[in-house]
Amino acid sequence: MSIFVDENTKVIVQGLTGSQGRFHGLRNRDYGTKVVGGVSPGKGGTDVDGIPVFNSVKEAVAATGATASFVSVPPKFAAAAILEAAEGGITFIVCITEGIPAHDEALTYNRLVEEFPGVRLLGPNCPGIISPGKCNIGITSGDIALPGGPVGIVSRSGTLTYQALHELSQQGIGQTTCVGIGGDPVPGTNFIDCLAAFEADPETKAVMMIGEIGGSEEERAAEWIKANMTKPVVSYIAGVTAPPGRKMGHAGAIISGSKGTAQAKMDALREAGVYVCANPTEAGQKMVEIVRAL
Amino acid sequence: MDLFEYQGKQYFAQYGIAVSPGDTADTLEEAIAVAERIGFPVVVKAQVKVGGRGKAGGVKLADNMDELKLHAGNILGLDIKGHVVRRLWIERSSDIKKEYYASFTLDRPNKTHLGMLSASGGVEIEVVAEENPDAISFLSIDPVRGLDLETARRWVAEANLDEVAREQAAEMLVKLYVCYVEGDCDLAEINPLILTPNDKVHALDAKVTLDENASYRHPEWDAFRWSETEDPREMMAKERGLNYIGLDGSVGIIANGAGLAMSTLDVVNQAGGSAANFLDIGGGANADVMAAAMEVINSDPKVKSIFVNIFGGITRVDEVAKGVLEALKRVDISSPIVLRLDGTNAVEGRAILAPYLNEKLITEPTMLEAARRAVELAN
Repeated sequence: MSIFVDENTKVIVQGLTGSQGRFHGLRNRDYGTKVVGGVSPGKGGTDVDGIPVFNSVKEAVAATGATASFVSVPPKFAAAAILEAAEGGITFIVCITEGIPAHDEALTYNRLVEEFPGVRLLGPNCPGIISPGKCNIGITSGDIALPGGPVGIVSRSGTLTYQALHELSQQGIGQTTCVGIGGDPVPGTNFIDCLAAFEADPETKAVMMIGEIGGSEEERAAEWIKANMTKPVVSYIAGVTAPPGRKMGHAGAIISGSKGTAQAKMDALREAGVYVCANPTEAGQKMVEIVRAL
Repeated sequence: MDLFEYQGKQYFAQYGIAVSPGDTADTLEEAIAVAERIGFPVVVKAQVKVGGRGKAGGVKLADNMDELKLHAGNILGLDIKGHVVRRLWIERSSDIKKEYYASFTLDRPNKTHLGMLSASGGVEIEVVAEENPDAISFLSIDPVRGLDLETARRWVAEANLDEVAREQAAEMLVKLYVCYVEGDCDLAEINPLILTPNDKVHALDAKVTLDENASYRHPEWDAFRWSETEDPREMMAKERGLNYIGLDGSVGIIANGAGLAMSTLDVVNQAGGSAANFLDIGGGANADVMAAAMEVINSDPKVKSIFVNIFGGITRVDEVAKGVLEALKRVDISSPIVLRLDGTNAVEGRAILAPYLNEKLITEPTMLEAARRAVELAN
């Protein structure tokens, strides 16, 4: 099994007619994802390489029965696009847009929670989600993932997610689902949401969790793991050597005062029984060891 | 973007928050003119983006023109923790009866806004939080609902602000919240927020961090970009659309993706070296971007070797390889370059570089081996 998305997930792409939306939307379809429509206001009735385009999410959902949306629009339109998806009946929204103002994110997140409690937002500023062999929504290269499980991956970083997939796939170890939760300060889906889903998924036998400096999501995840997780978790935290007070590429990757350091996160995870590794390669090797011993 | 104190005060003033009358001065002559205009006594304050100005001699009271000339002359050019003072803020001196603290920031764990208010201001809030946590009143604010005056009134009472200050403070907190939200601040902090002997509340300091992601809707921020203290290489990288942060080590770093770039810093450290910078060329970088990155790194005299760590996703490794060759053509790269190339079109990328490999252009199969090699070459 996989979490959040599978071979039956019908996906629309908001921004399909844009260059990025088109590139990734078509790539996702080529991977086998059921990309059933696109949304671009004013361009309804046209198509992108055979994928029908609609003027609104509501129309697209009515015509296609889509339940997931891939939001690929510029930062200034992203918050409105996310809310339109929720209003239009989409229940799983993946937003890859980088550069959305933090206040827009906070407002959008809380509006979703209050007005659309059944909707899950993944991202913004994330690489997306891939359930290998079934569904790929976002910008991950499908060819570095290996179907069949048994490892679930959850990560705040795009390229480190690829690195993790690569390390495992090279060793012949597959993945159930790989979720990139993104590097922004207000992620729609957090580590705990993913850990809980992996814990509940019978085909996932172990989880790789990749965190980074900033915020306290890793510490909260550690508490959750300690109380609830029965499956082994291997973790790597990026940014041990990052200077305080600087945003390290991701808007959320910042050590504020003494808060959000990699060390505090690693300590908390270790304390919760997680295998904490010094770099992505070591984390990959540790996971290989764990899976081989299953 | 962190604002200077004077910029923060100007920003606050736009939202109707009371600040002291004052102006900036970059020279002694300007300082004299400002003081004449606003009248003595004045406070002369160094404009640097670093804490501990007062202790370093960067904040002085001047009762008359002689004192002003003395202090302004001393503070201009003063080095405060590596930040040289190029600009002064001169404002009318305020008498202080009480010092409070107020701020708004994002509460990341709760995904709401967080207001912090304390009747014990004037010292660093982290110190208060440590020594006397009960002296801080926290308010969680739902971004959908915002902060209204009624809530602010309850809040100032809860925080035990003096009775005479409460109504003014509540109104100011609502204004500060509006400034924080509409002004797209990551942080809007007043410390101290003072009560004067004639019972007026106003902001004596301003600490504002703006969210760069919102700059598209704030053309007025352009006026804040004045900065003599910003690292010239960081400016150069910004102009080229690169995400660069200067550090102290000797291994220049180029990676794609923020996480991988951070991780690259870490593995260089584990290999016994230290990074000269953080540089994320972003997703989908082409040969031009790569060449620009090499130029920025090459302009850093501390750099003794360059570690290019690429995991191709949207970024195609063959483009990266072309960029490296392009950079070698355009500029004389003095340091040896170690590359680790994986992911999309890695085979093609390595093939492009193969004919050019030598002792100054090296590829390694893994991230760890490349880190070790780069460190070896830098030490």
